[in-house]
Amino acid sequence: MKKIRIGCGSGGCAYERIEPAIELVCKGNIDYLVFECLSERTITDAQKDRIADPAKGYNPMLQERMSRILPLMRDHDFKIVSNMGGANAPEAVRQIEAIAKDLNVSVKIAMVEGDNILPSIHAYDAIPLFDADGSIVRDKDGHEKHLEDLQHVLSANVYLGSAAIRQALDEGADIVVTGRVADVSLFMGPLLHEFNWSDNAFDLRGQGLLTGHLMECCTQLTGGCYADPGVKDVKGLARLGHPIAEVSEDGAVLFTKVEGSGGFVSVDTCKEQMLYEIGDPSCYLTPDGIADFSHVSFEQVGTDRVRATGATSRLATDTYKANVGYLDSYLGVGAISFGGSTALDRARLCADVVQGRWHILGLKPLEKRIDFIGYDSLYGETIARTYEQRASYDIRLRIAVRASSEEQAKLLIREMQCLYINGPAGAAGIRTHIEPSISLASILVPCADIGIGTVKIREV
Amino acid sequence: MKLRDIAHIRTGDKGNVCNIAVILYDPVNFDALKAKLTSSVVKNFYCEQCRGEVKRYEVPSIGALNFVLSNALDGGVTRSLAIDRHGKSLGMALGELEL
Repeated sequence: MKKIRIGCGSGGCAYERIEPAIELVCKGNIDYLVFECLSERTITDAQKDRIADPAKGYNPMLQERMSRILPLMRDHDFKIVSNMGGANAPEAVRQIEAIAKDLNVSVKIAMVEGDNILPSIHAYDAIPLFDADGSIVRDKDGHEKHLEDLQHVLSANVYLGSAAIRQALDEGADIVVTGRVADVSLFMGPLLHEFNWSDNAFDLRGQGLLTGHLMECCTQLTGGCYADPGVKDVKGLARLGHPIAEVSEDGAVLFTKVEGSGGFVSVDTCKEQMLYEIGDPSCYLTPDGIADFSHVSFEQVGTDRVRATGATSRLATDTYKANVGYLDSYLGVGAISFGGSTALDRARLCADVVQGRWHILGLKPLEKRIDFIGYDSLYGETIARTYEQRASYDIRLRIAVRASSEEQAKLLIREMQCLYINGPAGAAGIRTHIEPSISLASILVPCADIGIGTVKIREV
Repeated sequence: MKLRDIAHIRTGDKGNVCNIAVILYDPVNFDALKAKLTSSVVKNFYCEQCRGEVKRYEVPSIGALNFVLSNALDGGVTRSLAIDRHGKSLGMALGELEL
């Protein structure tokens, strides 16, 4: 029975540790190394980077990561699949080529494009915006919002499926670089290339989608985002091992990690990750099929070895999800600390002072949020009142505003900058910050408009 | 008894939607948990955060309930004025719920 091992080198954070990926290659006996480098927000940031500098817009860790990983391709037989291309796959490929030449490593690099629909965005002006629960987004008066209602669109990318990645691997690529593709597709590409599962092999594809979903957030499967001292202890968090999926042609799936690395793989870490960022577990929409995880079970078959069974799937819909990033306002944030037994009272007084100043100056934010860090900043006052055992001696007032312009945001927030001497006693540690607020909206785009994406291969 | 004594919790986000997975350490308690932890209990718990509905999905094969909170993240990770723009901390509060 043919069996492959896929390791995950990164899980969508802006920064990811590099040495666990090296460990996967050197000790994990992997056939594929997947770097998942995009989150909902990063593609928009990448697009902004590219607009500011046409030579940017790919993953900022690309050079450092590839300089360390490419030399390992001489002695280890593995392929790389990654969405490191971000908003600029051509430049990402050029960079990898240059590094490979420098290091004298011969590789075939494939570039997958076709996710960027910004040039043709106006063709979709009349399409309604939807939220992740499938509901149509409405304005305050209950009217449906459409793409054309968004001003200052900065990025628009469909989530491509695995077909182009698979094609690149079929054509012999050693490294596949994409822009936006669905996270699971980075894993489905290698699986379909290796096993050639048919379109209606719904159980096999379901197991493949489960593999991709559990692997895509990397260490969230091996003990990351899990530890709760005394309740759920995790050893070796500072050197967490990255996950490995062992997948057989018949759809058998086992999750593990490199022996001796930190963290652990257990039935419980797998269960948590299976439901991470999932709505209806029987209907998880991806461009590679609709996954049904509602009958999955996990079994611990050895130390750090968990078998997963019971996933299935249905045919994908005929639309791609596209995320559209747009500039809609400016955010201003200011924070200031108070200590001692009356800290919360003085922080509240301080918030009143700031709002009093806005009133005097005739300033009004579009929206505001006032938090008392150390009391109610994460859960709001209802939960804080129920569960807070005693008043904290250490409170940080945080005021966040949304404003229509950068200038307005500055005027609102600068009222916090003079409170060392104008505010309540012992105001400390003032920090302020203004940034553009990039919002995201989602639309559905017919697959027929986009195709599977394009593949270009270059050899070094 | 608190929810956290019998279950572990992971929170995820997509757009303006938050999902909170409540997973029993021992799935034998599944029916009892289902009876206690209804959508309306969770909606009431997050009355300040969740401006939409709460849907509950049952996954008996892993002894878990998945709660999906609509319009719960102040516009979502790219737009929220909150410190915790993803809402990653939300689930840990639910663990304190007395059952």
